[in-house]
Amino acid sequence: MACFVVPAVEAVAVTAAYLAAKKHEQKISAPKLANGNDAPKAEANITWSKRLSWLMGLLWGGVLLLAFEHFWHGEVVPFPPFLTAMADPEDTAEMLHEMATVGVSMAISVTAFWGIICAAAQAKLASVKKALSQEV
Amino acid sequence: MTLLITIIAAICATVVWYSCDKRDSYKLGTLSLIYWGASLMWLMDFVFEYAELKTEYFNQSFADILNDSLLGVTVVAIGLIAWLAILLIKDPKGVFKAKFRKQ
Repeated sequence: MACFVVPAVEAVAVTAAYLAAKKHEQKISAPKLANGNDAPKAEANITWSKRLSWLMGLLWGGVLLLAFEHFWHGEVVPFPPFLTAMADPEDTAEMLHEMATVGVSMAISVTAFWGIICAAAQAKLASVKKALSQEV
Repeated sequence: MTLLITIIAAICATVVWYSCDKRDSYKLGTLSLIYWGASLMWLMDFVFEYAELKTEYFNQSFADILNDSLLGVTVVAIGLIAWLAILLIKDPKGVFKAKFRKQ
């Protein structure tokens, strides 16, 4: 009914965190880039803004396609109240229950999947670094 | 069917991302993430519906399957349109920049 609203709220929060992380990283890297020598070191790590951009892609992508699916089934309309379940109190209660169960599960599963991606990327980076250091 | 079609699209996008050398130029990672995000969300939807309906979930009419398949294909097309919009807006190859400079 409106399960995609929960991941959408998470997507907004993650986007805000991404923008803050990017600003913070730019502040830190600006003096280093001015010195010139530390730039390659900064590239060898997976920054928080990069990690959060993956989560943003997962969440916004899923929200966009699920919103279309709800539109397809007539559960979302392009005029107020936007969610058809809002018109009837009984449907609203059912919608809120669905958001609390399915919606929260969606947000948790996507975040868990992102955690796995981050851990795998970190492990891969560490193994590549190790292999490179052994070559030298 | 929508879940199945989206998972197939996610796998295809990931294979293309892995095999293409210009993955960053074409923002293929973004395309994969769009489909994987939707697949995971529909997977959760499926889990809850299956818990409620059990095997009855798979006894769908031909019209329902056809409608779901059409939705799946449409969703894949919308994912591609979203990816194309991101690609053109971010313009990682600087195509628009070069074009406007010439003018």
